[in-house]
Amino acid sequence: MNEGDAIPELKVTPDKYLPHRYAGASGDFNPIHIDDEFAKQVGLPRNILHGLYGMAQVARANVAAAGGDPRALKRLTVQFRGMGVPEEEITVSGTVKQAGDTVVVDTVAEQGGNQIIRNAEAELRLD
Amino acid sequence: MPVDDSAKGKTFPAASYEVGKEKIREYAQAVGEESEVYFDREKAKSAGFRDIPAPPMFAVVYSAPAMAPVIFDPEVAMNFAAMVHGGQEFVWGEPVVAGDTISTTVEVKDISERDGKGFYVFESVSKNQDGDEVVRATWTNIVRGV
Repeated sequence: MNEGDAIPELKVTPDKYLPHRYAGASGDFNPIHIDDEFAKQVGLPRNILHGLYGMAQVARANVAAAGGDPRALKRLTVQFRGMGVPEEEITVSGTVKQAGDTVVVDTVAEQGGNQIIRNAEAELRLD
Repeated sequence: MPVDDSAKGKTFPAASYEVGKEKIREYAQAVGEESEVYFDREKAKSAGFRDIPAPPMFAVVYSAPAMAPVIFDPEVAMNFAAMVHGGQEFVWGEPVVAGDTISTTVEVKDISERDGKGFYVFESVSKNQDGDEVVRATWTNIVRGV
């Protein structure tokens, strides 16, 4: 990977029940993620994705870019911004900002024109 | 009213989590992991893992028992209803595999105020049963209208 290279894009469309499965898997049952009615009552457009689910997609895109070995991912920093929603495609894209044995990738996750994760920086160790 | 930062520096006792193969499977399926190492012990071992590995972001699962008491701690006094998760960092060390017991401690690194928002920064350190660091995490929560 050279400086300026794009990493392969990762595209994923979380289905309607994904937040429920992620809630069970992660233990985060905050009703804004799994109760559409509650989410609307607190002013959200609908029930929203867990931010850490989005971060997991950013992690997956970077592990794939490193050849698929999860041990290559040494560090990942993200900022959560816009809210992600189920049933809309998420695209994770990234650009190599530092090449070498340790590769640093600037990554974003975008959905419907909104960046749901930005300023994400991944550090990959390539042996 | 300025944000109450008296809990800055507070540390919390270690909370432990025993990693199970089927919990890894459940998590890996939920986030869309496809690699066979998360589902097949023989594949995991031939890839050099001690057992079925946890995906990197499984860190949120084994950290949860340590983080929950911090978020609801009366001295930290974070208004959970107005809280959003602002940022997150993980730095990974030794891989976590099924059968590991992960012990996580948390420190309140910073509580501060900017533009009417409270910033609560927690650092967690997770180690396995051999004392090897598996993850060091920084959790930034933002509370509106402090």
